[in-house]
Parts: sequence; C-alpha cells; structure tokens
Amino acid sequence: MIEARHLHKRFGAVTAVHDVSLAAADGRITGLLGPNGAGKSTTLRMLYTVLQPDGGDAFIDGISARQRSLEARRRMGVLPHGAGVYPHLTARENITYFGELHGMGAEACGRRAAQLIELLEMEDFADRHAKGFSQGQRLKTALARALVHDPRNLVLDEPTNGLDVMAVRTLRALLLKLKAQGRCILFSSHVMQEVAALCDEVVVISGGRVVAQGTPGQLRERAGTSDLEEAFIRFLEPGGQG
Amino acid sequence: MRHLLTVLRKELRENLRDRRTFVAALLIGTVVMPLLVGALVNLTVRRGQSQDNRPVSLAVVHAERAPGLVAQLRQYRIDVVPVDLDDAAARDAVRHQRRRIVLAIARSYASQLSQGLPAPVLLYSDSSDVAGAADVGRVRAVLGRLSSQAARLRLMARGIDPMVLSAIAVQDVDVATPTSRSVLILGTLTYIILLTMLMGGLHVTLDATAGERERGSLESLLTVPVPREQLIYGKILAACVFMVLSLTLNVCAMALALRYVGLENLGMSVNLDLPTIVKLIASCAPLAPLGASLMTIVAAFTRSYREAQTYVGLVLLIPTLPLIFANTLGLRPTVWLMMVPSLSQHFLVTGLLRAQPVSALYATLSVSVSLLLGLIAAFGAGRLYHREALLG
Repeated sequence: MIEARHLHKRFGAVTAVHDVSLAAADGRITGLLGPNGAGKSTTLRMLYTVLQPDGGDAFIDGISARQRSLEARRRMGVLPHGAGVYPHLTARENITYFGELHGMGAEACGRRAAQLIELLEMEDFADRHAKGFSQGQRLKTALARALVHDPRNLVLDEPTNGLDVMAVRTLRALLLKLKAQGRCILFSSHVMQEVAALCDEVVVISGGRVVAQGTPGQLRERAGTSDLEEAFIRFLEPGGQG
Repeated sequence: MRHLLTVLRKELRENLRDRRTFVAALLIGTVVMPLLVGALVNLTVRRGQSQDNRPVSLAVVHAERAPGLVAQLRQYRIDVVPVDLDDAAARDAVRHQRRRIVLAIARSYASQLSQGLPAPVLLYSDSSDVAGAADVGRVRAVLGRLSSQAARLRLMARGIDPMVLSAIAVQDVDVATPTSRSVLILGTLTYIILLTMLMGGLHVTLDATAGERERGSLESLLTVPVPREQLIYGKILAACVFMVLSLTLNVCAMALALRYVGLENLGMSVNLDLPTIVKLIASCAPLAPLGASLMTIVAAFTRSYREAQTYVGLVLLIPTLPLIFANTLGLRPTVWLMMVPSLSQHFLVTGLLRAQPVSALYATLSVSVSLLLGLIAAFGAGRLYHREALLG
C-alpha cells in the first residue's frame, strides 16, 4: 500500500509537484500517467525517499517516508528512471550486492538471486558481466535487484522507456505475475496504451497536479468518450474535466 | 559498519576487473614511474661520469700557428681536430651545431708569444647550448691553466716569484655527504610517490561517484535502507585501499629500480632497505583518506564523468606543494609545517631517504593531522551526498 498525501515540491522558483495525493492498493497495478515534465518522476522520487517533500508526506504500508525513511525503503522495491547496472559485475552479483545492502545474509542473497533469475528468465546471461547487456537484459537485472528483498510494494519509473516490443511484453507479464502475488505496484508512464493495457487504477497528472483519478472505465465515462486516449487528452487540456 | 564493508567489497571487486583502474593503480606505479625515475637517474649518473673522462673534441683553425699549444691541449685529453674555417664559417658551424667549440689561432699568435705579450686566440661557443656547457668549461679551464703556466714561466725568467700572482688562495670544502647529495635528485621522488598514490584512487573515486550517477545506478543505490554517509564512506575507503596498494607497489618497484641504476657511481647511496620501505609507505599512506575524500567532494559538484575527470585532476596538484614550497624556499620541518598535508609527507620521505629521520613528534604530527583532515573531508563528503542536486 502506497499513499501520497498533499505532496509539494519546489525546485527554486518552479513548483514541480503541487498538492499531489494518490493511493495505490495492494494486489493492484496503479499507473501514474502524464506528459513529460508533468511531475511524475518527482512524485515517485518523494515516494521512494530520495527527495524530501517540501510539504505533505508519503506512507508506505502506513510508514511515513519522511519520518522513517529507512523503514519505508525496506518495504519498497524501486526501479528508477533509466536505472543502470554495474558493468563489471555479473547480473547475479548485481542482485546479491543489493541483497546485502538490504541486510540479507550471503546465503539468503544467493538463494533469492537464483529465484529471481528463474522468475525473470535470466539464466543465459546471469553470470556474464553486465557490460555488454542489451536494454532488456539490463532492465531485467535492475528489476531483479529491486525485488531482491521481496518487497510488498514496487515503484517503477517509466520502466518501458527504450524497450523493444518483446521486452515490453515480458515486463507486462511479469508485473501481472507480481500483482497476482498480492503486491502493490505503482508505475509511471507517458504512454497511454501501456497504462490502458495494465492498470487497474490510473492517476493522471499534469503540471504537477492530479487532474483525474479512477479505473480506466471511470475515466472514459467521466471524459464522455469511449476512447481512453481521447479521455487522456481532454484531461490534459487547461480547464479540462477532472 | 557492515554496509560499509559491503560497499567496500563490491567496489574492490568491480574495480579489480576494470582495465582503467588496473592501468592507473598498478601499471603506472609499478612500471612507468620507476622506469622514468630509473632512466632519469641513470642519465645523470652517466653524464656525471662522462664530464671527467670523455675526451672533448675541439676544432682548431690554423693549428699550425701554435704547435706547442696543440700538443699541450692533447695532454689534457682534448681531442684537437684541425679545420679550415674563416670567422664567418666558424660562427656558422657553432651556431648550427656542426661544431660545439672552435678555437681560432690568430695570425699574430707566435710573434706575440715570443715577445712576452698576450697571444690572441678566439674561442667560438654557444652559451645557449646547455648540453655543451661542460665541454666549453673544460676547454676554457685548460686554456686558463696553460696561460697561467706560461705566465709563471715568464715571471721566473724575469726573476720574479710567481707567487706574487696569487693574492688569495681559495680552497673549496664541500660538506655534502654522499646520501645528502643524492636527495637533490631524489627530492622529486616524494612528488612521484604521492602523485602515483593519488592516481591509484582516481579512477575508483570517479567511477564510484560521477560514473555511478552517469550510468544511472546511483539512484537505485540510494533507495536501499542504508544511510547515504555509509555508502560514501565505503566508496572512499575503497579508493584508499587502491591508493595504498598503488603506493606500496610503487615504492617497492622504485627501490628495486634504484638498486639497479648504480647510484654509487655518483658517489651517492640511497637508503632503501626493507624497514625504510615500510616507513616510507607508512609516512605517505595517511594522506590517502584526504585525497580520496577531496576527490569525492569535487566529483559531487560535477554533472558528468568527463567533467569530474577534469576537476578531480586538481586534487592531483596537492603533491606539487612540496616541490613549489619546500624545494624553492628551502623550508625545513617545523611543528607548524608538519601539520601541512603533503608538505609534511615530503619532509618525512626526504628524511628517510637521507637516513636522517625527523623526530617522532614530527612524524606523529604528520600522520595524525593528515588523518584527521582526511576524516573531516570524508565527513564533509558524506554530508554533500545528501544534496538533492546530486541526482542530476
């Protein structure tokens, strides 16, 4: 369960996030949808505690990200935007390194890494140095790294950016699998179709504000159109319905 | 503490697999620098030998006008080569380095000499040709000696004691001991040792800070439940390990190289036995945390790996401090100067090489103040990595 309550964030004179509140429930995939520069990454960064909000707070399973950030991080797996891996470590070593940083013992790390390698079908490159990895292989490694401590909550920032069709499809299948395990998944995207294909719940964000929130069906209904893309565009228009 | 070791272990493992670290930390320190120093010292040794023994070649115009002089010159191991050049050609030959020195005997030489008057000769040389200065000096000294010999003979022939010519008798007393003389050459050694040490950690620091940010793994790293300082301290520690590794290899290789160079030929003995090597390393190593932390701080303000590379290079200027201040100002260790990082290491190193170690108080001061400043800088680096601008 991830909750944002009245998040504010300013960078100098620019207010990047203005009073954003949202909730992502367990066993559901929540999509944060918005054009580039809408404040998606800034919002997520506050949720996963690398940025301090100027106002409001975020709660991970009810734990304040501001007050108890280390505890909040323990309950979250994070795939930041453009997440990179360590080129001179193997995929497996990349995974176990994060396991150790999460306080897991060497044995537990090894076991968990093997599990994830199987789950993400990484067997054929698991013990190769990450230097020559393809985009898809790198994403899988970064994702396995984010899942190493078996978190209940998963935050992904534009995970499909730069991926080919096959990799996107694999990722989708994986997110559905994780959802079926009862995890809370929050991911951001600027691609309409992706959100429509995956999400149980959509939060549309524009200009640092939440302009609409609901299931894809509710959003279509509220915008008065059967086409989700059309609905998205309408919400983004100044003075749009939300 | 446990996380710090996890970070340290990972950085060591990753960097040991990286060719760039290998080159910076191991190859330069172990092979390149010792070769450079060895070659430099070797050259100095050879030049020192040659100046006394090698015959000097001297082109003489109109040698037939002064057969006596030519014979005497040959006795002083000056290789007389008779040539036929006029004034312009002689100037030209020297200017274009076809001849290093040309001696022209004037037409009036023999007649002047026989009348007991100054016998004119012209000595062509190029004072901007530094390499030839020693040869010119030798020829001039021999000519001076021959001239004064002839003068003494003239005085004696007139019944005057030649001693009247020497009003003041100067005798040079050089108190340089063999070891202290070699420090002149080896003063540069401190610079090379400290530079190599810092370079050993350079790539590690860049990779762990700016490199990690550029690859996009930094943000992931900051989402693990470990306080940021601990991550940074682990990285700084990894850089220190590489610096000390580089330092150790460098000092050992240097000691080996100097053993083969044959400094004895210069009348020097360098004090580089095993205990000295250990002390050398122990003197320089305390500078590593300060160097690594400063590099980390600088890297925190840069936006890309390339930018970081440029500015972190500034930290490499630290070891030039002793060269600038100690060598040119002729500073000697004092309580205050032993608190200056890099300068104090220089004093410790030169002291050890000279076999005149500085006092225990000074050594303790150097080690503790450098380490303390290193800790403060590391703390500052830890604080800096809380900045949000770090994410770029």
